[in-house]
Amino acid sequence: MTVVATIRIQETDFDIGQEIAALTKGRSDVGAVVSFSGICRGSENGEPIAALTLEHYPGMAEAEITRHADEAISRWPLTGLTVVHRVGRITPGENIVLVLAASQHRQAAFQAAEFLMDYLKANAPFWKREESPKGASWIEARDHDDAAAARWTKS
Amino acid sequence: MKVKYFAWVRERVGIAEETVEPPASVRTVDDLIGWLSKRGEAYAYAFETPKVIRAAIDHAHVRPDAAISGAREIAFFPPMTGG
Repeated sequence: MTVVATIRIQETDFDIGQEIAALTKGRSDVGAVVSFSGICRGSENGEPIAALTLEHYPGMAEAEITRHADEAISRWPLTGLTVVHRVGRITPGENIVLVLAASQHRQAAFQAAEFLMDYLKANAPFWKREESPKGASWIEARDHDDAAAARWTKS
Repeated sequence: MKVKYFAWVRERVGIAEETVEPPASVRTVDDLIGWLSKRGEAYAYAFETPKVIRAAIDHAHVRPDAAISGAREIAFFPPMTGG
């Protein structure tokens, strides 16, 4: 059966339980669902954060996520895949991103979810701006995010 | 061709998008960065460190030596920080 990923970019929050139910409801072939949620922290390097504002490149963001979701579906025997990425202003404790990978067995679900998150961090066109008592500033990319994505291309 | 800017590149240039018509001698993404940099102080500031600037042609990541001929939309932005 062909698996089509569910991909959404939205300002509103998401309900993790509802998203998991959408992958498992009425099915008996799903043995594992791995869920990763990225959540807004209240501090960065010891400095408090009032909020994050996420900007994205409409069109390309969807295309990049779809490309990586399709690669995950071709690499692992998944029964379902969901990626939801929020944009706009997000305050500490709120959800930022959700990746769900469903499969018959846990290994494929764990690996696909980790692969997708590593790739999204390094390649999906989203940018975080943080508001702190010192003012607003763009968060700098981390080299280890590129390294995390690169390890999936090693043979 | 349409050029789009995101995050601090957009803030430094001062606009989110524009249509430009570079001369034929501007062949690659790197050439375009050099050409845009000469359009004024805001552009020079946005592109002052070309090696940190990422580019995409028609929604796909490209390297600085990628040819721009035939591109409908070229975007410039800092390294990504989503997820």
